[in-house]
Amino acid sequence: MNKYIFTLLLTAVNTVCCLAQANISPAAKQTKTIAITGATIHVGNGTVIQNGTIVFNNGKILSVTANGQVPQGDVIVIKADGKQVYPGFIAPITNLGLIEFSSVKATLDYEEIGNFNPHIRSLIAYNTDSKVPATLRSNGILMAQITPEGGTISGSSSVVQLDAWNWEDAAIRADDAMHMTWPAIPRQRGEGGGGRGNRMLQTPEMLEERKQNAISELDGFFAEAKGYAAISKPAVTNSRFAAMKHLFDGKQQLFISADSQKDIVDAVNFAKKYNIKPVIVGGDEAYRIIDFLKENGVSVVVKQPHALPNENDDDVNMPYKNAAVLANAGINVVISIDGYWQQRNLPFMAGTVAAWGLDKEKALSEITLNTAKVLGISKTTGSLETGKDATLFISSGDALDMITNHVEKAYIQGRDINLDNLHKQLDRKFSEKYGMKVSD
Amino acid sequence: MMKNLLTLALVFSAAIVFGQQTYPVNGSYDTRPGLFAFTNATIIVNANQTISNGTLLVKGQTIQSVAQGTKVPDGYVQIDLKGKFIYPSLIDPFTSYGLPEPVRPEGGGGGGGARRSIFVTTKKGSYNWNEAIRPETEVRNIFTIDTKKADDLRKAGFGSVNVINRDGIARGTSAAVALSDERENNVILKDQTAANYSFNKGSSQNDYPTSLMGSIALLRQTYYDGQWYNKQKKEYNISLKDFNEQQNLPQIFEVDGWQNILRAAKIGKEFGKQYIIKSTGDEYQRIDAVKATGSSLIVPVNFIKAYDVEDPAEARNLTLAQMKNWEMAPGNLAALEKAGIRFALTSYGLDNPKDFWTNIHTAIENGLTEKQALLSLTEIPAEMIGISAQAGTLEKGKLANFIITSEDLFKSTNVIYENWVQGKRYVVSKMNINQLTGIYNLTVDNIGTLNLKINGTTATVQQQGTDTTKTNANFVRNGDWVSISFNLKKNPSGGVRLSGYLTSENPVILRGESVLADGTGGKWSAQFKEANNEPPKSDNAKTVPSTGKLIYPFGAFGTETAPQQETILLKNATVWTNEKEGILQNADVLIENGKIKAVGKGLSAGGAKIIDATGKHVTSGIVDEHSHIAIAGGVNEGAQSSSAEVRIADVVNSEDVNIYRQLAGGVTTSHLLHGSANPVGGQSQLIKLRWGKTPEELKFGGNDGFIKFALGENVKQSNFGSGMRFPVTRMGVEQTYIDEFTRAKEYKAELAVKGSVVRKDLELDAIVEILDNKRFITCHSYVQSEINMLIHTADSMGFKINTFTHILEGYKVADKMKAHGINGSTFSDWWAYKFEVAEAIPYNGKIMHNIGIVTAFNSDDAEMARRLNQEAGKAILYGNVPQEEAWKFVTLNPAKMLHVDNRVGSLKAGKDADVVIWSDNPLSIYAKAEKTFVDGVLYWDIDKDAQLRVTQQSEKARLAQKMIESKTKGAQTQRATKRAPRIYNCESLEDYSAELNDMEGVKAHE
Repeated sequence: MNKYIFTLLLTAVNTVCCLAQANISPAAKQTKTIAITGATIHVGNGTVIQNGTIVFNNGKILSVTANGQVPQGDVIVIKADGKQVYPGFIAPITNLGLIEFSSVKATLDYEEIGNFNPHIRSLIAYNTDSKVPATLRSNGILMAQITPEGGTISGSSSVVQLDAWNWEDAAIRADDAMHMTWPAIPRQRGEGGGGRGNRMLQTPEMLEERKQNAISELDGFFAEAKGYAAISKPAVTNSRFAAMKHLFDGKQQLFISADSQKDIVDAVNFAKKYNIKPVIVGGDEAYRIIDFLKENGVSVVVKQPHALPNENDDDVNMPYKNAAVLANAGINVVISIDGYWQQRNLPFMAGTVAAWGLDKEKALSEITLNTAKVLGISKTTGSLETGKDATLFISSGDALDMITNHVEKAYIQGRDINLDNLHKQLDRKFSEKYGMKVSD
Repeated sequence: MMKNLLTLALVFSAAIVFGQQTYPVNGSYDTRPGLFAFTNATIIVNANQTISNGTLLVKGQTIQSVAQGTKVPDGYVQIDLKGKFIYPSLIDPFTSYGLPEPVRPEGGGGGGGARRSIFVTTKKGSYNWNEAIRPETEVRNIFTIDTKKADDLRKAGFGSVNVINRDGIARGTSAAVALSDERENNVILKDQTAANYSFNKGSSQNDYPTSLMGSIALLRQTYYDGQWYNKQKKEYNISLKDFNEQQNLPQIFEVDGWQNILRAAKIGKEFGKQYIIKSTGDEYQRIDAVKATGSSLIVPVNFIKAYDVEDPAEARNLTLAQMKNWEMAPGNLAALEKAGIRFALTSYGLDNPKDFWTNIHTAIENGLTEKQALLSLTEIPAEMIGISAQAGTLEKGKLANFIITSEDLFKSTNVIYENWVQGKRYVVSKMNINQLTGIYNLTVDNIGTLNLKINGTTATVQQQGTDTTKTNANFVRNGDWVSISFNLKKNPSGGVRLSGYLTSENPVILRGESVLADGTGGKWSAQFKEANNEPPKSDNAKTVPSTGKLIYPFGAFGTETAPQQETILLKNATVWTNEKEGILQNADVLIENGKIKAVGKGLSAGGAKIIDATGKHVTSGIVDEHSHIAIAGGVNEGAQSSSAEVRIADVVNSEDVNIYRQLAGGVTTSHLLHGSANPVGGQSQLIKLRWGKTPEELKFGGNDGFIKFALGENVKQSNFGSGMRFPVTRMGVEQTYIDEFTRAKEYKAELAVKGSVVRKDLELDAIVEILDNKRFITCHSYVQSEINMLIHTADSMGFKINTFTHILEGYKVADKMKAHGINGSTFSDWWAYKFEVAEAIPYNGKIMHNIGIVTAFNSDDAEMARRLNQEAGKAILYGNVPQEEAWKFVTLNPAKMLHVDNRVGSLKAGKDADVVIWSDNPLSIYAKAEKTFVDGVLYWDIDKDAQLRVTQQSEKARLAQKMIESKTKGAQTQRATKRAPRIYNCESLEDYSAELNDMEGVKAHE
């Protein structure tokens, strides 16, 4: 029968330990069927199941039902009445695990030198022992797309889950996408209130010419890479071109950072020329070319909503509204947030989008199912549906709002993961010093 | 030897108008009488007096008489000026004519600043410690005649100029020179016209100052040093000696932007100086504030070109401010005149000297009177630089500096024929050719013959024969030189450019070189065929072009009229009082005269305007303990380990759009801090976000002064800089404080004994204020060791620490902070961005709060400050702090640590009406600030904001249309390029002067 009935309060943090994070070991494989009952289940595809039951075993979801029955047998039942269940949030485009302290050079592994670096692969530098991922899991972020930066072509990202011994078992999808930055005109520094003149350090014509040169260089690179891909045995190996192969056979996605409407159109048309349907990253002005994006079926990874408007004259709340404007117009939108440690605020980016115009469940999709789609992992992740990975968490309240987000349990591929982290450990260490009760 | 002789021969080949008194002559002397009589002219003696049919007698370099009906004495060369005009020649009070281009230090305009670890002057000799203070520079010692530039200036009508060495903060004396190309000895009219100043350290190689506030502090200290210097005998200092001696001269201060006019005038007021301020032409944006300074101005006429806006995507790069400025700047001079501000004009800053008259005409079209224009080009600059006895009007005994013109100087068709300087004639254009107006046969190689119609300052060309389409041509006459360009569109297509000169007067023939669009060169000529009877373009359509309205601030989200205080009753809300009443349901808040009148249930409205706040949450405004918005010219003066002398108060920037953005996030009070580049930073400034007011009006008022201290990686320059500035370790940081406070105590003791003979030290004054509990410390801090250190240092040196800001390891020393009554203002959840935050935890706020420390969350970030309410919400996520207490983290608690909780931070009768209406629980991600009041004035309203954006859009569309029209009419345009808004945080480093210099560098190469 139902032998193990946990009440969440007990499980919360009863592993009192005040030592290093080394104790936070990756969880063991799921061995018993788990059923979570009585929860509000946010499926991730826009639907909500009240009083839902989710059952999973061997890391896979067996069923998601309303008022569902708990299967018989050796099942762990978790009563989650009044609580919320979410698919694990996915952080796209992050240098998580490639960087530990952004001002300490020795800890930086996210940006290689050189302009065309398609052969660079983030996965092998992803540090599962970084202290950061554990601080994300406890807010519901369970997967991430580890992405290199720098140059025009930065290299390949990989999608990982955030509870692993090493990068090999972290990988959900290796080399999922190639990342590229569309050559754009850099912005001049603006007014500082000292009343500087209107003079530019470089003329607009010089900047435009530089951009056009960069684009034609990029075009040349793609053309040769495509040609190279058609040679069965190249006389001379070119590792850069070789790394581009899967862009042309469709096995790898192309992400292009572009913000202005012209740059976005140029970038999409450029990719089209090579039979590639790109994902646009950034897309500040995507809302101005919605029809174009829809016609071309282009998804947009919007930059973090918690940003300042680009222009002095812009609606002060434009960054908050942007994702909602695009999504409501029918574009597949993914929400991102800059940085690595900052990823723990990803849920609140979705919350902001919900506050500023998008249905809350759709906002949730923008950090779950939509993300899984553009990362090419939606067959197994992104929503709570039968057959997918049991990567999910239970929050006592609305996980998109900081005053209610409270992750009590989380599972990655069915594994019951440890929600402790360095910060909780230090909180305990010093709360105990002062004789205060600890959090959670 | 040969070479020298040749040079001399060249110099003396010119006739000698007036005797070279001291220089010997190689050969026979050629001293001429220089007697000239100009007859039958309309003589404009000065702006108020015109003599028609007058005679001007000149002897040598002096005017002998100006009158009607003068009999021309024998021996005078008579020049008949019937129908022509004589004006006093123009005076430019602000030029760098005849000076070498100062050598600017290399680059440095980028993010890193130009720190080179040069701490004191590199100039040898007994000069000032800082190279930017260089009053010993005297133009009379370095001026040399520049014949090319003199010629350019004379062509524009100038006869004398003030020459300023535009280098440094105290720049030394300028000199007035005549624009003759005689020997220097003869052209210097006044050797010391003014002492000159700016905020730009120029070519100084010293790191200090790196910021605008540093420049201000250095100048302020120099005034005190000057006062001290006269009372002491220990030191000989040429710079201070000269500085003091120059105090009785006129004082000219070059600034950029109206805010810097106010800043300069404020320093002037402090030291009893009324500067003449060289401005940049944006004074119209705050004319009242500029007028209130009482300053006379020297104003440029370099209006910006219209932008290319045909491509809407590119046009979006333009801000409303840029577009409005394009439209309104030409009205600046008219606005100054109307306001009764005394001003002179300068040609300084023009890309091309030929634009001078074009722009003067534009200014006149936009409402500047001709009389004022003449005054501002003659008598006023003469007075400013003290050469009224010699120039500015045409009177007996003054220099024979005058120009002969075809008509009224300010008519657009006017031609300057001759410019006489010190009695010497310079021909600008041939006098007999009044105008080139007429119809010509224009023959161009490879095109054939066309009709050219010249009409005053405009021209058209036309194919001869069947196709008689008229094409507008660009026509420019400069003396005897003309340039014509046009595009016939076909036969041939593309632009045709002609340049040439007047070769024959009767008939008029123009001739020169041609270039076609494909680069084919050739010759052209145009011969007068018949008179052009079309009426010339009328000059006297005196309707001033209409423009959009002035808005405050001048740019996005500015409004024509300032919002006013109202009496308002907010009804039926959830009211977060932050007082013992706690959170009241269905309660009201009454606002009157900028104060909270009452908080409670069922308040009667009386005459108040009622706002139904059912379902809303009402709170006091957010107080940001750590902000860097609204600051001009850099937040760090980091060249020295202590910059206690610098004051954010000097550089508040009222035009920063982040003020408005933060009002939209419910912020009403911001503590503007110096950055964290050095252990002792600068003095901070508390402001209220009174959007649209002037910098002084933003200041909180009546509050205690604070100062920024900083510990850790930034002050030891771990991540930037050369690492040559002490200190580079936490060990050195301690000694910096010990040294600073030790010196301050000794200074205080010395002051007590010796009084005012002690050199006033602005840096130590600020430290003494700390010791006297008159100034309070907020200290940027990260790791526990250094926090502990400062607590110990404070105990041993006898000062108090008011607040640790950032204080990310506050949780490790919370007990010690509590015991010392120190407040903690931290980030909600930042960590890992550098090594010293390796153990920063989001539970920090909770632990400090639970220990009993007054705890706040701050922003240090223009973006995060817009949602500090949510940051407070994270105290619940990380630590489950009760909501009411979490809310105080961003309101009452920072108010307490800033000593202003008697005025802000809670909703209580008698406090300032800084009130926010939220759509939801203010700690929630779903809450929007719908209305934000400061002092009872509604500065943010989410509905009005939507309207404002619509208005703004249509204003920009109107301006774009106007730019396109002006381009169609042939005006020059420029491309619109995106500019990144400037956002500061604690670590922002830049070099104010280096950036200004970079811009000048670009100009020099254009």
